[in-house]
Amino acid sequence: MKILVCISKSPDTTSKIAFTEGNTKFDENGVQYIVNPYDEWYALVRGLELKEALGGTVTTITVGTAADDATIRKALAIGADNAVRVDAEATDAYQVASEIAAYAKDKGFDLVLTGKETINYNGSQVAGMIAEELELPFVSLATKLNVEGTTAKLDKEIVGGVETVEAQLPLVVSCAKGMAEQRIPNMRGIMAARTKPLEVVTPVGGEAMTSFVSFDLPPAKSAVKLIDPENMDELVELLHNEAKVL
Amino acid sequence: MSVLVYVNSNNGKIAKNAMEAVTYGKKIGNVTVVTNGGADAGALAELGAYGADKVLVDRAFEGTDPQQLTKLVVAAAENVGAETVIFSNDLVGKSVASRVSARMKAGLVAGATGVPAEDGTVKVNVFSGKAFGFVKVNTAKRVISLLPNSFQPENNGGTAAVEEFTSNSGEAGIKVLETKKPEGAIPLPEAELVVSAGRGLKGPENWGMVEELATELGAATACSRPVADIGWRPHHEHVGQTGVAIRPNLYIAAGISGAIQHLAGVNGSKVIVVINTDPEAPFFKAADYGVVGDAFEVLPRLTEAVKKFNASK
Repeated sequence: MKILVCISKSPDTTSKIAFTEGNTKFDENGVQYIVNPYDEWYALVRGLELKEALGGTVTTITVGTAADDATIRKALAIGADNAVRVDAEATDAYQVASEIAAYAKDKGFDLVLTGKETINYNGSQVAGMIAEELELPFVSLATKLNVEGTTAKLDKEIVGGVETVEAQLPLVVSCAKGMAEQRIPNMRGIMAARTKPLEVVTPVGGEAMTSFVSFDLPPAKSAVKLIDPENMDELVELLHNEAKVL
Repeated sequence: MSVLVYVNSNNGKIAKNAMEAVTYGKKIGNVTVVTNGGADAGALAELGAYGADKVLVDRAFEGTDPQQLTKLVVAAAENVGAETVIFSNDLVGKSVASRVSARMKAGLVAGATGVPAEDGTVKVNVFSGKAFGFVKVNTAKRVISLLPNSFQPENNGGTAAVEEFTSNSGEAGIKVLETKKPEGAIPLPEAELVVSAGRGLKGPENWGMVEELATELGAATACSRPVADIGWRPHHEHVGQTGVAIRPNLYIAAGISGAIQHLAGVNGSKVIVVINTDPEAPFFKAADYGVVGDAFEVLPRLTEAVKKFNASK
């Protein structure tokens, strides 16, 4: 089975979020980049588990510049066989999706996996766009994925519950919590990652359809109002009359 | 300007986030709603109260297969000449809006929290709610998915004309085998009130007091990541950066210290109440109301107070 896992970088989950150049650019000062957790923990690790069980290869793909190579090597250290980097600055979800679709189109991948969203832009857009460009079925926010022959069986989140669905390969899946457990790369994996193939391909010129004009931070929260732990009637009264949520 | 709003009416009812999306659409232009399945025409006509002029319903297929819904929405958008297509950014909306955007070559604003400004930019949540951004669409048409519970529905009365619509949306690529919905439980993503607890509760056997408070309030229950990871609570209750992000009107957190990753999942809440024994817990900085005390004593007391309040209503 040939599996393609889409990998994006994102700021470490503890990063302080700030902006520069008149609030038009994310302030990268002191920010540590990691593999986007949804891509790594769920999409990549489940891809590796399927490969281990059924045979095949796991290829990662990233739209980015040489600055992305460190996070790509991390994915290789966790166990991907090889990596592809489309040599272009990622500008929006559609540009990224059209570059990935253009690469994947004639490569015969059985599964294209992504995380459910990145933790920086939270758009949840790329997987659906790849599916539409490749005219493939798409299961979003899957929490379980098994493959038997050419049929995939998945659990996915629905409002208030879980749905079990079936689809024929090839298939695009966005992966959410429950899919797999995080894997910490070991020393052997880290050493091996240095020599695994990282192919840099020329972009096809996918164009962004959207752009961020500016950013802003939420207003500072006013100080917490402390309530006497003996007096929960007061809390209920405040939630009713002051906050108006009860 | 012609606006198309996709509404999921598959269980026969119109959900609150559909009313939000229609009201939102009305702020932009003349609204046509598109939906599929067997929903009662009377229920669909009620969307007129939120600003829809017309509802197009394709009765030829049911369900929420993203490929079929994409064909439906694209056909309806052509039919009414829509320049803006709106989804609720819920689980179904997320899986269809992206496909429609790629098909129509219409830039997608994902997770909008406000109506487009005069210059066309739309406010969205980014960095897991730790910041917001203003998105500009560079294409002639656009798709906007609206973050649930960020926009109030407005009911002004009236009914919409309901018309049958054929979209030739083909076969579903995804076959549904089974649907599991826990009886009686309130689904977390759409809950308006949420009671959540963390490691401070010391063990899964102590969740009874969390559930009692939730039942009394009519709230959903949630938990922090460590609690889901060690298996005290199911994964789907985990709120935070890598779990579910929620925006309820009221979020009550007991025995959760408030790590930055947890806050990322709840900072869209309108009102946050934090109960913790440690006055230095970082969560208090993000809270509107704080109770420094032992959850084992405070939660039952709060449940009693809510009971009294409910009885007095």
